[in-house]
Amino acid sequence: MKLEILHELNAERAARRPAILVTDTESGEQRLVKAKDFARDPLCTELEKQLRMGKSASVEAGGKKLFLNVYAPTAKLVIVGAVHISQALAPLARSLGYDVTVVDPRTAFASPERFPDIPLVAEWPDTALPPLNVDAYTAFVAVTHDPKIDDPALLHAFERGCFYIGALGSRKTHAKRADRLRAQGAKENDIARIHAPIGLAIGAVSPSEIAVAIMAEITAVLRLPPKEKEEAA
Amino acid sequence: MLDRDEDILKAAEDWQKAGRGVALATVVETWGSAPRPAGSSLVINDEGTFLGSVSGGCVEGAVVTEAMDVIQSGKPRMLEFGVADETAWNVGLSCGGTIRVFVEKVG
Repeated sequence: MKLEILHELNAERAARRPAILVTDTESGEQRLVKAKDFARDPLCTELEKQLRMGKSASVEAGGKKLFLNVYAPTAKLVIVGAVHISQALAPLARSLGYDVTVVDPRTAFASPERFPDIPLVAEWPDTALPPLNVDAYTAFVAVTHDPKIDDPALLHAFERGCFYIGALGSRKTHAKRADRLRAQGAKENDIARIHAPIGLAIGAVSPSEIAVAIMAEITAVLRLPPKEKEEAA
Repeated sequence: MLDRDEDILKAAEDWQKAGRGVALATVVETWGSAPRPAGSSLVINDEGTFLGSVSGGCVEGAVVTEAMDVIQSGKPRMLEFGVADETAWNVGLSCGGTIRVFVEKVG
């Protein structure tokens, strides 16, 4: 690997931007394709598929054997609300490989006894969220049921372009939330991005089951191609 | 996306900048029950220090030896390990899988 390529790749990884290293395994020739350049690459379809799956693979193209090595950032999950559901959701998400942080200004909720080994930030969203570097590789859920906490958190998630945004609450609760967010200047297409009621409809009842429904929905958004994603939702 | 590898590529860059000869070995194909998926990598320097894993310990020794040659020659090579392979009887992928490992010089 040429040093320029290695240097560039490390810079992309440090900035949490996905990239794929394409290697001709016969000649040793290599090129690095950044995610923003996928669309105009001849291997576009293969690159997009492998990135979505988060899987490196060998492919054949134009009579050449190519190895596509996928470098994607570790996904984060930010949970706003240190509630009962979050106690099940945080360890489940961690077992799926996410870097998990729980945010809740209410110290009685955000206590290490309730969340052993999970990073906790007992601050209001405007203080807690900016240092977390919420980005496009972040799934974001707001589950406090308290508009004073959930609403500013959701506005932050819109701004940062999270790949998944979910909020707890019935359709009725969500309609009220949408009105409040609109009043605070949120765009319609951002409001439409919120998954609410949160989680896949699997008839979840207990906090652990709701956690499974949420992680299933996040996984679907992360892994399915856009068309099948619509069908799942 | 969800892998938590130690920072092999950072080590590769740091070692190279410190003037060491460096090689990178990457699993490019697997068949059967291979211990580590495609994309797993191992970085080796000319002192024989290595970081990472291509097989969870089964064939690393052999990969490191080959990597030394690659650092010398600068020419990449493809290694294959599996139960049908004579080398594998010696170094052993006891899980019964086969892996192909691409070894290249860095820099």
